[in-house]
Amino acid sequence: MIATFIPPEKLGTPPMSESPWALLPTASNHAAALDTLYVFITILCVISMVLIIGAQLYFMVKYRKRSDADRTSPVTHNTKLEIGWSVIPSLFLIVIFVWGEVQFMDMSSPPANAIDVRITGQKWQWTVEYPQFPGGPSLSCPGDAAECEPTEKTPTLYVPLNEPVRLTMNSVDVIHSFYIPAFRVKKDVVPGRYSNLWFTAIEEGEFPVFCTEYCGDEHSSMLAKVIVLPKDKWAATVKKATELKLEEGETMAHYGERLYGINGCAACHTLDGSTKVGPSFKGLYGRTEQLTDGSSLAADDNYIRESILEPNAKVVAGYAPQMPSFQGKLKDEQITALIEFIKAQK
Amino acid sequence: MSNPTNDSVEPSYLVAKKGLLSWLITVDHKRIGLMYLVATLFFFLVAGLLAILLRTELFTPGQDFMSAQTYNQVFTLHGAIMVFLFIIPSVPAAMGNFLLPLMLGARDVAFPKLNLLSFYIYCIAAVMLVLTLVMGSLDTGWTFYTPYSSTTGTAVIMATLGVFIAGFSSILTGLNFVVTVHKMRAPGVTWNRMPLMIWAIYATALIQVLATPILAITLLLLCIERVLSIGIFDPALGGDPVLFQHFFWFYSHPAVYIMVLPGFGIVSELITVHSRKHIFGYRAIALSSVAIAVISFLVWGHHMFVSGQSELAGVVFSFITFAVAVPTAIKVLSWVATLYGGSIRYTTPMWYAMIFLWTFTVGGLTGLYLSTLSTDVHLHDTYFVVAHFHYVMVGGTVIAFLGGLFHWFPKMFGRMYNERAGAISALLVFIGFNVTFGTQFFLGHQGMPRRYYAYLPEYEYLHQISTVGSWVLACGLFLVLFTLLAGLKFGKHAPANPWGGVSLEWHTATPPIEHNFHHIPHVESGPYDFPEIDWDSAKH
Repeated sequence: MIATFIPPEKLGTPPMSESPWALLPTASNHAAALDTLYVFITILCVISMVLIIGAQLYFMVKYRKRSDADRTSPVTHNTKLEIGWSVIPSLFLIVIFVWGEVQFMDMSSPPANAIDVRITGQKWQWTVEYPQFPGGPSLSCPGDAAECEPTEKTPTLYVPLNEPVRLTMNSVDVIHSFYIPAFRVKKDVVPGRYSNLWFTAIEEGEFPVFCTEYCGDEHSSMLAKVIVLPKDKWAATVKKATELKLEEGETMAHYGERLYGINGCAACHTLDGSTKVGPSFKGLYGRTEQLTDGSSLAADDNYIRESILEPNAKVVAGYAPQMPSFQGKLKDEQITALIEFIKAQK
Repeated sequence: MSNPTNDSVEPSYLVAKKGLLSWLITVDHKRIGLMYLVATLFFFLVAGLLAILLRTELFTPGQDFMSAQTYNQVFTLHGAIMVFLFIIPSVPAAMGNFLLPLMLGARDVAFPKLNLLSFYIYCIAAVMLVLTLVMGSLDTGWTFYTPYSSTTGTAVIMATLGVFIAGFSSILTGLNFVVTVHKMRAPGVTWNRMPLMIWAIYATALIQVLATPILAITLLLLCIERVLSIGIFDPALGGDPVLFQHFFWFYSHPAVYIMVLPGFGIVSELITVHSRKHIFGYRAIALSSVAIAVISFLVWGHHMFVSGQSELAGVVFSFITFAVAVPTAIKVLSWVATLYGGSIRYTTPMWYAMIFLWTFTVGGLTGLYLSTLSTDVHLHDTYFVVAHFHYVMVGGTVIAFLGGLFHWFPKMFGRMYNERAGAISALLVFIGFNVTFGTQFFLGHQGMPRRYYAYLPEYEYLHQISTVGSWVLACGLFLVLFTLLAGLKFGKHAPANPWGGVSLEWHTATPPIEHNFHHIPHVESGPYDFPEIDWDSAKH
């Protein structure tokens, strides 16, 4: 698989905020709550800073050296003051801790009716897949779809407005981290285990996704987009975005190879002649096969098509009838592309 | 305190023995301290120049003069050199070595030969880390996260072995200091009469001895995984990558305090001497150093709130992290209170101490956003974290280190530096530092991730401010270098006690004689009992 990473200047999402000093848009259910706490801590910090640095500056001016005969204060401690400045900040710290803890628990508990989306991280590309829609990963174009080069396509997470979404994420190589600043969510994507994050998008728009765990050369380019759409429009858009079709300038055999990968054919059918659960595709096309009922036939276009749609009608001798049917999952042109791909495996 | 002995007829430690060999095989803690000082300052310069390269590359959103690969190697080297070869050994091994026996009234550390061995082990480690440059470089970040570090093609084994060996130097120095503090105090130097610098170094030494072996084991396991393909951290071999993070931060969080506690010690000395005041809350400051050292072992999981560790663990780590804030706040407030009723002299060391109060307070307060579970989810691994730890590490340790360097420079070399140049350097460092890293808090809450060589155009404006700030900071630091070098060559001869300090290092010749004291001093008062203090007024 060729990693198609996106240079940051080509991501094409609109700026998240008007001023670089402003807070980000509050585009998810978590965002506004988190910002409130953020502002609360900021106010406490500013007050503390003014008190501490104010006292420092006041003392710096008032007690600057005036003459060699200066006498200084003999104060060495003040128990009441010291207890005061230990206890009062502690009370504020407890408030912040509890507040943050409650929010964090909410951010860690997805509701039962959340829509599931799968995210896969791989150097240096995100793959977004929707279990409830047949088809492939969703990609989008920066501008006009017709002029879009395959390498310019951006992995895109489409989410419906006001519906909870749960991401189940996994990495195939090193640790990545999936971060949507506008939603205030982030979670490491770890190889060998699944991690989750959830949110409800509450603002329509297009927002950047960053990888925030250093993952090698093109870490900075491991980007994606989130596009928030009204629910009805969302379903149609996902259907279209995940639809698999022949790309412009792509050979049918290459399209077939993509289908072979996406549909998991490789789990049973190898390309190198070795036998797995089913026959290898190497040299399959046109070969005469012995069937379980004793008859034999040549593996031509019609036989391959039938084997995809009704796999157990004619099983090659030596194999168990256990392939699932792809009836309704693959379109005619996709079956044709697969046949072309198999034909090319000489 | 005993009477100063200024009428030294013995030569100073700098000229007591002559020739390069007399330095290379010296067991004098002061000479070893100076050798450490030269080595750590050299690596500070190297890693600082790398930082300027990084900031300059970030001036525009796209790629300028560094490829992604080069950028990754440069930020890795910047972090690894700064942490392992500069900050960790800078204050304890360089200044601590020079000052600890002097401040305790001892003739040397407990194990002088072990001390020299620590230095050479450090040198071997430094050579190994630098060798990675010619062996395919290193691109893992200073944190060596697995499975990236178990799979990348760069010189990970050489680098981790380098850090592994540097750890032994750290452990041996720590061990030496713990024993020295326990056994070598001059008569009358009770625990309650030790300068706070010693308390800080002592707390640091305890962490060095207890935490560093964990890092050593972790890095050794990483090497074993790479060489023998035994699955420990790499899931492809059946390991657990998050386990590495637990191991790594179990050392590296306490290591943050190895880096910053000695800075606390320096600031306690600078503020008292230059304001002619007894420290406010001696016991609170001393014990909070020890409290921080203990609690620091229990907070490592706050680096991993979004790593996939259990939520309950996150809650516990967050709570304990808030607990560290309390002793830290006590220290800052005590330093400010020390200024009350003083007679403040605005010398260069005092300017740095004043800057420290500002920068370290910002560093400490911004830690609140990151110890809070929910806000950390947003800010984790963004520039907010970069800004926060630079405010703590540079704004805390390095600023204190620079102040200490000016403060003890006359003691070390017997020369004065130019005060005006020193004060200008402090101003440049203050402005440059705040512009560079203050801006990065805003980049962070805007979502800018760290370790990106290219970024979305919307971040360009803030990145440019930050980069310009880094150039100002660099000018300030070069001015420090020139001021000190010029002082060394052309400076006036320093009086025995230019600042009127009363702790023991000022009770011997400047620079000290080879064996520190003609007679072991007998101490009858505290290290902050300045003659200007008007003890009588307390009675009214």
